[in-house]
Amino acid sequence: MLFRTLPKDGLRVLVEQMIGEVEVIGPTRVADRADGRPIHHFLPVASFDDIDLGYETTEYSAKTYFLPFVESLSTFSFDAEGWRQEIRYELEPRAIVGLHACDVNGLLKLDKVLARDHYPSPYYIARRRNTFVVGIDHEPCDGGFCRSVHADTVTRGCDLFLTDLGDRYFVAIGSDRGYSAMQRVGSSEVSERDSDDYLEVRRHLAAIEQPAIPVHHLPNILDLEFSSELWARWGGRCLSCGTCAMVCPTCYCYGVTERVSMDFARGRKLKRLYSCNLVDFAEVAGGHNFRPDRETRLKYRYYHQHRGFVEEHDEPKCVGCNRCGRACLSGINPVEVIRDLQTEERA
Amino acid sequence: MSTPFHVFDIARTSEMLEPVDFNRRDRLTHVDRCFPAEIVNVIRLTGSEKLFQLRIVDRAERERFRFKAGQFVMVEVPGYGEIPISISSSPSKPDILELCIRRAGVVTGALHRARRGATVGIRGPFGSHFPMASMRGHSVLLIAGGLGLAPLRSAIYDTIDHRSEFADVRILYGTGDPGNLLFDYQYDEWRRIDDIDLQVIVERPDDAWTGPVGMITDLLDRIELDPARTFAIVCGPPVMFRFVCARLSEAGMPMQRMLVSLERRMHCGMGKCCRCNVGSTFTCLDGPVFDFWTVMNLKEAI
Repeated sequence: MLFRTLPKDGLRVLVEQMIGEVEVIGPTRVADRADGRPIHHFLPVASFDDIDLGYETTEYSAKTYFLPFVESLSTFSFDAEGWRQEIRYELEPRAIVGLHACDVNGLLKLDKVLARDHYPSPYYIARRRNTFVVGIDHEPCDGGFCRSVHADTVTRGCDLFLTDLGDRYFVAIGSDRGYSAMQRVGSSEVSERDSDDYLEVRRHLAAIEQPAIPVHHLPNILDLEFSSELWARWGGRCLSCGTCAMVCPTCYCYGVTERVSMDFARGRKLKRLYSCNLVDFAEVAGGHNFRPDRETRLKYRYYHQHRGFVEEHDEPKCVGCNRCGRACLSGINPVEVIRDLQTEERA
Repeated sequence: MSTPFHVFDIARTSEMLEPVDFNRRDRLTHVDRCFPAEIVNVIRLTGSEKLFQLRIVDRAERERFRFKAGQFVMVEVPGYGEIPISISSSPSKPDILELCIRRAGVVTGALHRARRGATVGIRGPFGSHFPMASMRGHSVLLIAGGLGLAPLRSAIYDTIDHRSEFADVRILYGTGDPGNLLFDYQYDEWRRIDDIDLQVIVERPDDAWTGPVGMITDLLDRIELDPARTFAIVCGPPVMFRFVCARLSEAGMPMQRMLVSLERRMHCGMGKCCRCNVGSTFTCLDGPVFDFWTVMNLKEAI
């Protein structure tokens, strides 16, 4: 990886240049809660000043810009001759500025499933390759546990990754287009002082307290606790609403439905992101449901995060952002569920 | 200074293969494109099941389409939806694809109303297959319960098409009512083949039924098998293959020589939608055919 430093107003120039060329997405302060804490979303911005790089977290991840909640897989046109299928991919270049390490790591995990595994998804790859990603270091967010799942630092997966050194940014360049973007603005070679300051920031970030939950042995623990009562305890609270999967940066499961226009001339095959907590997730023809109980479905969610994905890709699917825990209306959060799993005493 | 933004057009990427060949699953684009296929014949099997004979319209696509016994396809009925269906026909005759479909929902309902000459879409083939090559030189037990005969029929044909490569071939089929027996017009044909043993059993006989009555496991009691030289394929509802495989285990058969086919409702067939995930395994990629040892180790599989 190549490194440069960028003056603070150099980033403004960079982003304003991008805004003149393509759609730029950034963390935007959309509202404040009653207690004054801000609510941030990743939204298209009109100027650099719309972006709040000091944000702590966003309610939703930036996943929707790579995996839209609803996406058209293909369209059908019908006439007297029969039907024709048309497929189009998203090709508009776009930039996302200000992703935290957890979200960049989330993209890397999605890459493993959707871009590198069997049957790479052209829909995803088209969006991913046409999106310029600028990440930024930050102090761990409240309730996050990214360090436990090794998602607190970034070594690849984005075009540029910024670390705030006070009066300038330390920039890790992750791609050739990232390099040409840095060429366009006044960036400098990294000096010894820059390196020292960067390492000082790394040490500062690593020293900040965060919930530590060991996850490496979860594949075995999950099997061991398959029939544990803790699933009924946590699952009994689950409302089966699917919010956790919607806000998750790495949940990618979906369902396909088709719609026909009122004049029967066109049909559309729609992919909708789904959730394994929704009641009919594992229903098959004839109405049999392999996971009729909410505790079974909640357990499955943890199975995929910490066992299935580990078996396939040697790392958990979770990036420790705790968005699911924050969004859950019933207070189900991964830190407590996993701690419960590890301390479960069996009669 | 030049812009860092250049359009990446995935449809024009050279490393992506065209045309679509689902058997080369790591290098293809347009994964959601289906092959238009004509319904050549509709064969009524029972009150709720029909056999659809399909021919892929485009000649080049048809010639590329090859499958193995146990695999499935995604059947697209434009405007209605897409469903996974196991292939029921012989892998030696890939030009005419046969799918046994029960009327159960929106898409299958539309299919049951479709007439010959209509065009549907096919994606695939997907999934694992029965290990017919490893089974050569062994005796085979082909066991089906109910709708399980649909995927098993492809293995039956594959066995018949290579009959001399197998020792004893036994087909055992059980269902609830005689009226639900699938492919009953073919039993006589299969029985007449030199040295193939076919036995059919029903749980609730009607007045016309003259065959054996009972559970599928009752048929197992009547046969002698050499557990060291036998493979078994067991297709049917989980409760059925659990009992059958337990019985075969008692007889001394290794669990890795019992193959079962799992049913899940795939939405993609490509390991992406997660709808067919069992514990940590994708039924569409690692299955639908699993050996029984693997199934035993899949939490919540049965």
